[in-house]
Amino acid sequence: MSLVTEIQEIAAQYPQSRSAIMPALHLAQKKYGWLPREAFEEVGEALGLTPAYCMSVASFYDMYHLEPVGTHIVEVCTNISCALVGAQATLEAFERELGIRPGETTADGEVTLRTVECYGGCGWGPVVAVDQRYHEPVKPEDVPRLVQDLRNA
Amino acid sequence: MPEHHVVLAGAEERPLTAIADYRAAGGYAQLAKARQMEPQQVIQELLDSNLRGRGGAFFATGRKASFIPRDSAKPVYLTVNADESEPGTFKDREIMLRVPHRLIEGCLITAHAIHSKNVFIYIRGEYLAEFEILRAALDEARAADLFDGVTVVLHRGAGAYICGEETGLLESLEGKRGQPRSKPPFPAISGLYASPTLINNVETVATVPKVLELGAAEYAKIGPPDSTGTRVFSLSGNVARGGNYELVNGTTLRELIYDFGGGIPDGRELKAIIPGGSSTPILTASEVDTPLDYDALTKAGTMFGSGAIIAIDDRCCMVQLGLRVAQFYMHESCGKCTPCRVGTRWMVQILHALEDGSAKQGDLDLLLDVCDRILGKCLCPLGDAAAMPVASYVNRFRKEFQEHIDHGACPYGGASSLEHVFAPVDQHHHSPVAAEVPV
Repeated sequence: MSLVTEIQEIAAQYPQSRSAIMPALHLAQKKYGWLPREAFEEVGEALGLTPAYCMSVASFYDMYHLEPVGTHIVEVCTNISCALVGAQATLEAFERELGIRPGETTADGEVTLRTVECYGGCGWGPVVAVDQRYHEPVKPEDVPRLVQDLRNA
Repeated sequence: MPEHHVVLAGAEERPLTAIADYRAAGGYAQLAKARQMEPQQVIQELLDSNLRGRGGAFFATGRKASFIPRDSAKPVYLTVNADESEPGTFKDREIMLRVPHRLIEGCLITAHAIHSKNVFIYIRGEYLAEFEILRAALDEARAADLFDGVTVVLHRGAGAYICGEETGLLESLEGKRGQPRSKPPFPAISGLYASPTLINNVETVATVPKVLELGAAEYAKIGPPDSTGTRVFSLSGNVARGGNYELVNGTTLRELIYDFGGGIPDGRELKAIIPGGSSTPILTASEVDTPLDYDALTKAGTMFGSGAIIAIDDRCCMVQLGLRVAQFYMHESCGKCTPCRVGTRWMVQILHALEDGSAKQGDLDLLLDVCDRILGKCLCPLGDAAAMPVASYVNRFRKEFQEHIDHGACPYGGASSLEHVFAPVDQHHHSPVAAEVPV
């Protein structure tokens, strides 16, 4: 099924089709890995919206990538509950293991590292999400194995 | 006192994710009962139970439902707020993972009470496992013919704290940027698609079947009169056993932190407590005997909030805490109201100066002045959520802030637990406020 058809099926669930823009952007991002111009054109075509409007919505939300990202994404929560129990040390372990700073992607395009605001795992921090799957808690000593698993994935 | 399970009841051994297990535990019996009742009777039960909203505002649930017009020519919508994002809060996640059908049963009962045929559950995008479990539970309930003409749409967010604010959520659900609306009109009159809309938190909705099961009078006997029932309290920070604990309202912070949470680890001392999520004013360790109920926390100068308790030990620098909290709200400001958009950024700049030792004496009062100029001056409470806690850190730990100015450096000398924490606001390119000219 084409992306446009798939989006239109989702849109049928809503009283107004524009409401489907968020699931549509999630789907488009799954197809492209991020949200290039073509993604906004397809979402716009499916929902009767301009690509510019679609981009204006996407740019409001943290989970939509407006630039290319790695095949895998490692997200470290550094909000206060996680930070109080060592999130910075966990983040620095990822920086060492991957050789990049938060916000960057490894040279081979495999892994993007970023810090995020509260992911709602505060009691089991530090919380790390790898490709949207939570790992709780992640201590610095857990990091080499997590990165190895990613490289082998 | 042991845990008192109402919302999480029956899921102690294993999660009640399968509909057969939930039914074996008495599930969906209250839905059948509610559908035999007049909608107004259901609302009356909620009113009599004195159940109050668990999202943070603690507004009376029955009263809110009674604001929905009964003879609306437009469709009536029920929207469940599962956009749990207040730092320190992870209770709705536990409810969705352990008792997803209780949430669905609560949705269907509430929909009946307000004559609604359309339910939307707005779940934060990051909660992928929870989304999958809820989706599977909805499929099971649909297959079991429990919907009776009601449609339930599970809608994923995409990372924006502000969409937990009810009108921001509605904007987002309508396919727009999640920027809050001015009120009035209130959602009960003009909400989703300009139609009457009731917006309730996950925990509130999941409590509804239990109110009917126990009966309003019995439910109202649990906990103090102003804060009836239980809450699923999220405990985090410097405690031995963080996690969710469902306790009777009125349990003290000391019981939660020491009896359930196992106290402060590593031989450290409790220094401060955030009692209701990061937006609530802080308490000092000497206030640890404050009960977790609405009146007691209000009297202590803070708020019940989202029931998220963060214990902070004596390694934490309060300026760094203020900085990290302000960075969060700066990052999440939607940019619509100037006091919040500019004020949160200004707070971060002053707190940075205090922390690196470059602040002057007047900066402390300037910080409080900026907080004061945000408070109550925006369309939604996000600006307040930054100003209230940070002002409380200065007021309750003024000596520590003053030391930063007097010594021209952080008195912790690099040893604070929040030293150099890298915040997303220093990394993103697409934050709505990132490109703004510094004030």
